[in-house]
Amino acid sequence: MENVVMEVKDFSFVYPGAEKPSLKKITLPVEENKITAMIGPSGCGKSTLLRSMNRIHDLYPGNTYEGEINLYHRDGTKENILKLKKENDFIRLRQEVGMIFQKPTPFPMSIFDNVAYGLRLAGIKNKSELQDRVEAALKGAAIWKETKDRLGESALGMSGGQQQRLCIARAVALKPRVLLFDEPTSALDPISTGAIEELISELKSEVSVVIVTHNMQQASRLSDYTAFMYLGELIEYDKTETIFLNPSEKLTEDYITGRFG
Amino acid sequence: MGGKLFRNFSFFSATLSFFLLLGIFAVLFHYAQDAIHTFGIDFLWTDTWEADEDDEGGVFGGLIPIVGTLLSTLIAMLIATPMAMGIAIFLTEIASEKVAKPVSIAIELLAAIPSIIYGMWGLFYFAPIVQKTVGGDGVGLLTAGIVLAIMIIPFMASITRDSMNTTPAVLKESAYAMGATKFEVIKDVIMPYAKGGIIGSIILALGRALGETMAVAFLIGSVMQLPKRITDPTTSIPVLLANNFAEAEGLELSSMYYLALILFVVSFIIISTAKFYFFGRKAKA
Ligand SMILES: Nc1ncnc2c1ncn2[C@@H]1O[C@H](COP(=O)(O)OP(=O)(O)OP(=O)(O)O)[C@@H](O)[C@H]1O
Ligand SMILES: [Mg+2]
Repeated sequence: MENVVMEVKDFSFVYPGAEKPSLKKITLPVEENKITAMIGPSGCGKSTLLRSMNRIHDLYPGNTYEGEINLYHRDGTKENILKLKKENDFIRLRQEVGMIFQKPTPFPMSIFDNVAYGLRLAGIKNKSELQDRVEAALKGAAIWKETKDRLGESALGMSGGQQQRLCIARAVALKPRVLLFDEPTSALDPISTGAIEELISELKSEVSVVIVTHNMQQASRLSDYTAFMYLGELIEYDKTETIFLNPSEKLTEDYITGRFG
Repeated sequence: MGGKLFRNFSFFSATLSFFLLLGIFAVLFHYAQDAIHTFGIDFLWTDTWEADEDDEGGVFGGLIPIVGTLLSTLIAMLIATPMAMGIAIFLTEIASEKVAKPVSIAIELLAAIPSIIYGMWGLFYFAPIVQKTVGGDGVGLLTAGIVLAIMIIPFMASITRDSMNTTPAVLKESAYAMGATKFEVIKDVIMPYAKGGIIGSIILALGRALGETMAVAFLIGSVMQLPKRITDPTTSIPVLLANNFAEAEGLELSSMYYLALILFVVSFIIISTAKFYFFGRKAKA
């Protein structure tokens, strides 16, 4: 094993009013500069786990959880993000651990302002620095060519695939350590999907990626590690080749060969 | 079959409302002819309203009720807009569901109270308070403006809240996921997203405040004088019409139609500029 950037440890999660926990004692590393895929049938808890990793769940009150989710900072110190309570700490966490959603979510503002949004929130006011970082992020997300002449136009006028890449650019602009993707291509056509997949594999030189997907090919093409979840439990976690070619659990094999799910 | 019937019906209704608008304009214009010929555009800045002894002629000018209408509406909007936004934000983003539910219901009930009740409450309860705190006669521009504000706040707040509630959760989550605070999410995501509804509610409230008669009739003082201070009594177009329409005849009656025409045109212009402004922005956004 190489460097671990995040680590989920004995993590259980219960939604308010739910009878059973949606996640049961999950333990899972997130390797640095690698792509980790989470697969499993609908309702097994993939999104729940992902949304715990930047505490976005805590926008809604009443969730209970146990265990630890540790983030390893660049200086080597470890922080249990489940202990965070203050708004400022959440902001700091979410700048380190970005998230891209299933549907593209451009803000109702210009392309430039969308990408600059997080930077401005982070307190960057200097115009030329903003310009440079927006350009770098758009280049990093491979939409600089398409957008450089229309930075002032509304982001809502872009195609779905472009919007999703814009959302990735927006997240990349903050130079996060980890990016969480929740089925980022399930609302897109095959060509846009290809572009996003390519982009994600290029991103891994700079960030560590966790991606939830229903698409088995996508997981096998894209990821270095794969976690298979079922009914709130982590059934198996290993190198992607191992999971797809030689899984140790019968359940994993059944799922990837399409026998259920 | 049903589709066609429905289409014809909608077309009929849409055309009907257009012709109604035209028809009302034509009637007002027709009956205002005498006054328009006699006073012309000077009517707008003439501050006398006096009939001759014989009730046939006289000098009539609209300045006082026009100023009264515009100022009382302005006061109401200045108070109501920020309050309504605050209430809507509180209900959608800050209050827990346990608090938001009953408060929302209370606000909807407030919006349903007939205006005469606001007028009576304002006159007997609120006017003395205004008098004690800022002086004046109790009734006047300020009292009318504040009570007008209270009348339109619930309505504005509930429309604004409804349109804020339509902001997709995932859009808000995206902003939070970039490290936004609650305040920044409200300012950068929810307000722009709900802009249409917010402007719509302001327009409708403005229309209501401009045309409100009953409550203002109780509270503005109904005297033909230009206000020098904000607490002074004056009158407004709807109040003047309601109070004097029955007894008026001849040139005075025609002058009243002239006033009504002005109110009609002013409301129309305000609402359509607001609408155009809103659609213009929407096309760009
Ligand atoms: N807000 C909620 N309140 C209560 N239960 C919830 C809530 N959201 C999800 N659940 C439950 O938690 C479990 C896990 O849901 P989750 O959304 O994490 O699944 P998922 O693996 O992402 O599924 P999918 O592949 O369909 O997106 C499900 O049983 C679901 O019904
Ligand atoms: Mg999901």
